[in-house]
Amino acid sequence: MHFMNGDYACCEGALAAGCRFFAGYPITPATEVAERMSRRLPELGGIYIQMEDELGSMAAVLGASWGGVKSMTSTSGPGFSLMMENIGLGICTETPCVVCNVQRAGPSTGLPTLVGQGDMMQARWGSHGHYEIIALAPSSPQEMFDFTIRAFNLSEKYRIPVIIMADEVVGHMTERVMIPPEKEIKLIERRKPKVPPGNYLPYHPDRDWVTPMANCGDGYRIHITGLTHDERGYPGMDEETQAQMVNRLIQKIVSNADDIIRTENIYLDDAEVVVVAYGISARSAKQAVREARANGLRAGLIKLETVWPFPEDMIRDVAARVRALIMPEINAGQMVLELQRCAGGACPVHLVSHLGGSIIHPRTILDAIENAATSKVRLKNKKTHVKRVSRQSARRR
Amino acid sequence: MKYWRKPLDLENIKASRGKVIIIEDRCKGCGFCVEYCPRNVLCMSPAFNLKGYHTPAVTDESKCVNCHFCEALCPEFAIYSIETTETT
Amino acid sequence: MKNNKAKKIIPPHPMEALLRSERLPHIWCAGCGIGTVFSSVIAAVQKSGFDPDKTAVVSGIGCTARMAGYIRLDSFHTTHGRAIAFATGLKLARPEIKVLVISGDGDLLAIGGNHFIHAARRNIDITVICVNNLNYGMTGGQMAPSTPFGAKTTSSVSGCPEEPFNFCYLASACGSVYVARWTTLHTRRITNSITEAMQKRGFTFVEILTPCPTSFGRRNRMGTALETLKFYHERSVIRNDIDPKDAPVDFSSNIVVGKFVDTERPTFMDNYQFVCKNDIGVWPDFNGTAMPESQTTR
Repeated sequence: MHFMNGDYACCEGALAAGCRFFAGYPITPATEVAERMSRRLPELGGIYIQMEDELGSMAAVLGASWGGVKSMTSTSGPGFSLMMENIGLGICTETPCVVCNVQRAGPSTGLPTLVGQGDMMQARWGSHGHYEIIALAPSSPQEMFDFTIRAFNLSEKYRIPVIIMADEVVGHMTERVMIPPEKEIKLIERRKPKVPPGNYLPYHPDRDWVTPMANCGDGYRIHITGLTHDERGYPGMDEETQAQMVNRLIQKIVSNADDIIRTENIYLDDAEVVVVAYGISARSAKQAVREARANGLRAGLIKLETVWPFPEDMIRDVAARVRALIMPEINAGQMVLELQRCAGGACPVHLVSHLGGSIIHPRTILDAIENAATSKVRLKNKKTHVKRVSRQSARRR
Repeated sequence: MKYWRKPLDLENIKASRGKVIIIEDRCKGCGFCVEYCPRNVLCMSPAFNLKGYHTPAVTDESKCVNCHFCEALCPEFAIYSIETTETT
Repeated sequence: MKNNKAKKIIPPHPMEALLRSERLPHIWCAGCGIGTVFSSVIAAVQKSGFDPDKTAVVSGIGCTARMAGYIRLDSFHTTHGRAIAFATGLKLARPEIKVLVISGDGDLLAIGGNHFIHAARRNIDITVICVNNLNYGMTGGQMAPSTPFGAKTTSSVSGCPEEPFNFCYLASACGSVYVARWTTLHTRRITNSITEAMQKRGFTFVEILTPCPTSFGRRNRMGTALETLKFYHERSVIRNDIDPKDAPVDFSSNIVVGKFVDTERPTFMDNYQFVCKNDIGVWPDFNGTAMPESQTTR
């Protein structure tokens, strides 16, 4: 049992997951991850390099990953913007790595030492082109530890950069972190090719849309490019290659969404008003929901552990049978747009937010729950009886 | 080769001889090999390849000494020389 | 005379094993110097004695950077300017791999300038081959940090208003341990330089001036690629071991080529391992605990 802050817990989680390379650049509030990495990595035979900027950091992380070493970097809003091009390269070349974004209030330099949650859409859409991404949102130092391990596992399993969307409060708060013994931590390694070098195709996926990965120096003479490429990895300049490649990148995540998406549900079964929250706002929401229950209101909470891909099916199911959905976030409404889209008009969706600088007080969320519970507003098409929405087999994009 | 006196080890030393091989479909007609062959073995021929480029042609293969300079200079990997034992 | 009884097998091109022949002919223009540099690089890889399975090529974006797609080694065609940063990560993760960074002047020294100077300062053990065609060729011929003053490019139609870098001077000032410059005509010397650079520990830099007939040459009355090569032939002078400060690329007088710098310095990994393992005492009074040259081993 340790008492450490969220950034340190993220570092320890990465080391427990096998990360042995860190390339970063100092930025508040993520600097502590880099500082602890610089101290701990040499002890474990890893390498810490402080690159000259975030662009170089992300490129070095990709390079190290192709060298066969699990690598990560940590940053905040301004650095995250700089890393976007190379995150796109990581997605296109299907490189496993982890990027920890300890969000602060933005835009631009913003409030470097204060909390914000304004990068959520950027995590999904920040790089150019169309793609899918995995992003996790821890809400405590313990979750920073656990989710970082999960982030590495997901990145190795699905060959994609995974983004940990922490925030300044979670990064800087100090709480108990239980670090389990090494043998209890389950790790996933990247899939290795089973065919000899002559027959290996670097982008020919297996049935789950994931391709076995040959590292540099394994004798496979791979060619990896950010240009649109075919299964051999060679650039191809036509619509068909583009369709094949982008489709693979999208299907890889979409078809495996059930494995990737995770939420923590509290009091959900009989809830009338459901709060959907992530990150530090989920902590405030948990307090608000408990108080609401104590006051007799049937409130529930869906804590999003995975923010991208967004749990569409679950929200659709829930929206069909609840009175209202509430989302607290520290921005002007980003993930609430997804919530509204997935609810599809089946119930009202309320946003509880402010623009950054402090966490949302549980009182504010509790007020919103009370208002929603007692509201007489009915939507035109709302059915009065509970109806199970049929599960959609094809996910629309 | 003309000598002003006959070298004592003329029988032992053999000047290397080369045979030029041209992969015509790779050539883009830049003319580097023709210009810089130290023995003037090549010339640009009026023939052209699939892409429409004029390719080099060997004028006098007996002069080639297998120096590989055309091979080193060619940007297209379209020309190289190999050792040959044919003598004039 | 062909012997009709025995079928004559024509041996393949000597560099075929390191070429992705299924992708030839490559995209470079007729007479482009990059092709010759490519040929010299392959010859150097063969000559240097490194295991091709443990040699990697990293490039950025641009005409030269396409070389990564034609060479049959582990090759990485990354984003514009970030080749050196990617190579840094790759080298530190797998030190036994020999990493070559092959890219153009704009990619390495304009957008990638920051990574270049820091990698040279840290002395990361990579070999950087900069193909200098005096402009941004792939995008149609815009001016670059190497474009001579007054030269015409598509983004400087009245003449380039900026003075160019002396890349060798820059590399040497940043701490590169091996600096050389050649033109594409000096094929064998390029091969030798690259071989030496690969066999040397630390950040090594080889700059190669190439003709760019389609983008630069056409707009600056340099004629065909062959005429540019003849120009280089006349104007280049070889001066080895001089201060790169005195080796400008001056098109009005002489283009100075040669091997300028060849020194030794501990690499990043040497210094990192030294500092992490040893207690080096209180800065700045190391007094005897500074790493002696004898500790630099292969």
